[in-house]
Amino acid sequence: MVEAVPVRRLLERHVVRQFMRHKGALLGFAFLVFILAFVVLGPLIWTLDPQFIDIRARNSGMSLAHPLGTDQLGRDMLARLMAGGRASVAVGAAAMLLSLLIGGLVGLLAGFVRWLDGPLMRLTDLFLALPLLPLLLVVILLFREALRAAFGPEAGIFILMVAVMGITGWMQTARVVRGEVLTVKEREFVVAARSVGVPEHRIAGRHVLPNVLSPIMVSATLGMANAIITESALSFLGLGFPSDFATWGRLLFDATDYLQQYPGRVLWPGLAISLTVLSVNYIGDGLRDSLDPRSRSTHAGNL
Amino acid sequence: MPVYTVRRVLVAVPTLLLISLILFLLLDLAPGDPTAQLPLTIPPEVKENIRRSLGLGEPIHVRYLLWLKQFFVNEPLHLLSQLTGLDLGGDRHRVISWQTRSPVVDLVIERLPQTLWVVGLSYVAGIAIGLPVGIVSARHQYGWFDQVGTFVSMVGFSVPTFFSGVLLIVVFSVELGWFPSIYDTTHRVTGWDSLLFQLRQMAMPVAVLALYNAAQISRFMRASALDNLTLDYVRTARAKGLSERKVIFVHVLRNAVGPVVTVVALGVPGIFGGAIITEQIFKVNGLGQLLITSIQASDLPTVQTLTFVFAVLIVAFNLLADLLLGILDPRIRYG
Repeated sequence: MVEAVPVRRLLERHVVRQFMRHKGALLGFAFLVFILAFVVLGPLIWTLDPQFIDIRARNSGMSLAHPLGTDQLGRDMLARLMAGGRASVAVGAAAMLLSLLIGGLVGLLAGFVRWLDGPLMRLTDLFLALPLLPLLLVVILLFREALRAAFGPEAGIFILMVAVMGITGWMQTARVVRGEVLTVKEREFVVAARSVGVPEHRIAGRHVLPNVLSPIMVSATLGMANAIITESALSFLGLGFPSDFATWGRLLFDATDYLQQYPGRVLWPGLAISLTVLSVNYIGDGLRDSLDPRSRSTHAGNL
Repeated sequence: MPVYTVRRVLVAVPTLLLISLILFLLLDLAPGDPTAQLPLTIPPEVKENIRRSLGLGEPIHVRYLLWLKQFFVNEPLHLLSQLTGLDLGGDRHRVISWQTRSPVVDLVIERLPQTLWVVGLSYVAGIAIGLPVGIVSARHQYGWFDQVGTFVSMVGFSVPTFFSGVLLIVVFSVELGWFPSIYDTTHRVTGWDSLLFQLRQMAMPVAVLALYNAAQISRFMRASALDNLTLDYVRTARAKGLSERKVIFVHVLRNAVGPVVTVVALGVPGIFGGAIITEQIFKVNGLGQLLITSIQASDLPTVQTLTFVFAVLIVAFNLLADLLLGILDPRIRYG
């Protein structure tokens, strides 16, 4: 153990260095930090209420009072973009965590428990063949009222969205984790642990899980991108949050009604979604490259 | 190949059955009465009839079997009798849309071609762009073409269809006025001019999905070709003195395209989801638009049927990909 620590440190430092060398990933990371600061800290600086209706200032263009203009009810677009971003990122992060939890658990079980492997993987294949978007729409249609009544309009939809996106988004993680577990489980240190009598569940938790964390991180980034897109798509189709509650997808949806008159208004929410997803995808790319031992020596100096 | 085909088709059947079970249970276990959202103007006795036609009150497995019979026996028979003109359906029950009062399957048949055209053409365009781009990128790895191609495909991959579609409308119909932003559903192709118009109004919906497809395909093609380019057989082929063109297009392409087919097949549900959104943006009267309008109207029979039709389409496309893979890679057939 004493000798293993510095080696591990070296590896970590190497991964960080590789990640820093991937310019796309670095830019993506910087942009993601910026977006997070924008939606979390932004409202502290730009204190206009995103719900405040100033009907006389409706449809105004860019000005000092409203840097991104106002919408058809005179609500400030910059404040709405911040509020919408907070909702979209929160839904994305929560859904990603839930799908990671399910996917990680299914993958671990399938990799570890031999008789569960077949059935669980068939289940994964089945979920991969589901028509996800129609199904999400149906679930929201069916359960919307009940959850709205139980938790209130916003919290109810939030729970519903996170739950359905988590339940339908875990398959890639499960596949990756299972594959990784199957290889790690045959490595010498696991065999050594087993031979000194470590119980199976401790092997899974202490020895295998930490070693499959890197592919989990990669699928976490991609899952987050997916969840943000799905939330926006649902809001865009008018089946997301209530209409006065801003999310990026909702802002885009509202702006498309005024596409002919104010084409600029679709730009900001659309750009926010696209750039966030793009930066998350680049981070995923960079993580994969820097965590993949095969690319460790060959991938230097490009991009 | 025939044995392989039959085996793949047989695997698809339980998948479909399970999906239908999930769909059925979802609607069945949903809180509240499925008839609760019917308009209040419907008289109670009619409501009771609707409830009975839905089979409410029967045990759950009976209802599921009845539902299956409806989808796999009754509706296909009606469809057959419409196609052949013979009366095969008789007075069998049909799934009726609450919104239009017409059989749902007739609506589906009416809408299906538009969706298939959009999805199919976008795959054709995506393959036509994605394959060459992927191969050239891999051949000249880290060259300028590769850098630009990787960036463009990353963007195409990340920009959601509902934004790229809206952007296309802003640029090409609002600013430039090249293409109509709203799909003319009553348009009939009768001659060259009307065909041209049809192509013009299809261009943007197809382009949105084609961009996404091309981005995906080119990325996978690049990765797969890169894996192959370092293998021994490529060195052998070059050592034999084959031209680079032959090495790439005869040897590498055939071997590299297999994994691409598999990964692209996994993306089929996403493409149909994208088709729903593009149809909504461009007002194409396809299945996706019907789904959205019937969801907004709480038209449950239509919603249920459509979701199942989407499942059938996805399974069918996956089957197609499997068969294609069997043709491309003979090892799969016997494996």
